[in-house]
Amino acid sequence: MKGEPLLALLDVNFQVVKNEFFSIVGPSGCGKTTLLNLLAGFEAPTRGELKVGGEAIREPGWERSVVFQEYALFPWYTVIQNIRYGLQRKRVPEAEQRRLVDHYIGLVGLRGFESRYPRELSGGMRQRVSIARALAVNPSILLMDEPFASLDIQTREYMQDELLKIWEREPKTVIFVTHSIDEAIKLSDRIAIMAPRPGRVEEIKKVPFERPRDPTNPEVVGLAADVKLWLRQQVFGSKTE
Amino acid sequence: MNEASRGALAEADAMTQLAASMVPPPKPAWRRALTRISRLWLLAAFLIVWELVSIFGQRINPQLDVMLPPPTAVVSAAVDLIGRGVLFTHIFDSLYRVVLAVSVATLLGVPLGLAMGWSRRIRAVVDPLIEFIRPIPPLAWIPLSILWFGIGDVQIVYIIFLAAFFPVVLNSLAGARDVDTYLLRAGLSLGARRWTLFLTVVLPAALPQIFTGIRVGLGIGWMALVAGELVAAPSGLGYMINNARTLFRSDYILLGMVLIGILGLALDYLMRQAARLAMPWHVGQ
Repeated sequence: MKGEPLLALLDVNFQVVKNEFFSIVGPSGCGKTTLLNLLAGFEAPTRGELKVGGEAIREPGWERSVVFQEYALFPWYTVIQNIRYGLQRKRVPEAEQRRLVDHYIGLVGLRGFESRYPRELSGGMRQRVSIARALAVNPSILLMDEPFASLDIQTREYMQDELLKIWEREPKTVIFVTHSIDEAIKLSDRIAIMAPRPGRVEEIKKVPFERPRDPTNPEVVGLAADVKLWLRQQVFGSKTE
Repeated sequence: MNEASRGALAEADAMTQLAASMVPPPKPAWRRALTRISRLWLLAAFLIVWELVSIFGQRINPQLDVMLPPPTAVVSAAVDLIGRGVLFTHIFDSLYRVVLAVSVATLLGVPLGLAMGWSRRIRAVVDPLIEFIRPIPPLAWIPLSILWFGIGDVQIVYIIFLAAFFPVVLNSLAGARDVDTYLLRAGLSLGARRWTLFLTVVLPAALPQIFTGIRVGLGIGWMALVAGELVAAPSGLGYMINNARTLFRSDYILLGMVLIGILGLALDYLMRQAARLAMPWHVGQ
């Protein structure tokens, strides 16, 4: 890395409860991806601490598995081999591996594609493999870094519904980074709104509506408008409405 | 049916036809073979022109008999040398040397390159040495290597090894160094460490580049082989060419040249097939 050291995050402080769907939104450069990298253990904080269940995060591991924007599937492994990867690292017994892989292939709806290589799948299908791979290791937190940002809008909405279904069937703590406020409102229990320079959590909003949420519902529209207006003021510093 | 819906239907129909025209029905195998052969017309024309020039040219200038023997003479030279049992010995000796040398270059170069790509510390130490030796053309080593090893297989294998080693090392290095950060992170977050991470992520990610390095090494090694055999060798295609020169047998010279070209092509083809077998997931090549 060249240039001046950058203060990416300052005084970020929040707690996520078990089985909560927690989103982090904010404009580019607000440090939301840095925050996720800290949680995953890819980077270490210069100061402060991140804890999961009382244990400080020291390095990456399957207890905090990650779903990446660009899927990050291993191109040399088939769908099955990709999903099994973490189970092998965990030294799960062979029979149990097979059972779990089969279960998650069913859960994400990829039956019939078990022996395909990632390049033979569409973007949405790849992301489903990636979700299955991250869930199979039974993490205490599922970290998702703009997982649907590279998908076209129809696939994206479909995948959001699918993710909610999976999450409702098998509750899991999810930390979900996105730059789409609508996506965050559709999915989350709470939303942390971040602001840039230096990156910080400006506000944490509860989303009190029952799922499935109708994006045309006046209350939902109102909340989205609030957050968007607020963010625009943060980014452009103007008080336009 | 009103005008608009008729228009829409016609459009849909046109789309179907367009889609159909974009996927041509599979041609029978003999048609495909024929198409493939018909692409060789320029090569065929070249051979015919060559044949005509050297046959009719000889009437104007008899020296052309030696200067440029026709393709048919090259073929009969091949029949002649096969009949005397020497041609396959030369081919075998050359192939043996290049395969041995490139194998050694692969066995040493791939691990070294991967280690350099994987560890910045190893790279920092080894890189200056590599960059010091690499710019010396392999052929410049010939006089010294003759002093060291005498004229024979060992000396030529050493020259080919030098030629093939560096492309193998540098490509393996690049392959291991440029592994997608997200794949490494995916491996880490799923619990892979050190050796497992290396074997399950770095090595397969570098494999296409490793194969490229071996292919380039094989190509350069093949050239170095011929050059080495031209200078000093007890056998081989390069030796055959040089020997033919002293005998004014330009048909043997041309035969040697053509064989070197064909065998080089064949070796590269074999490598590409090996790469396809080893990396069924990989597109391209």
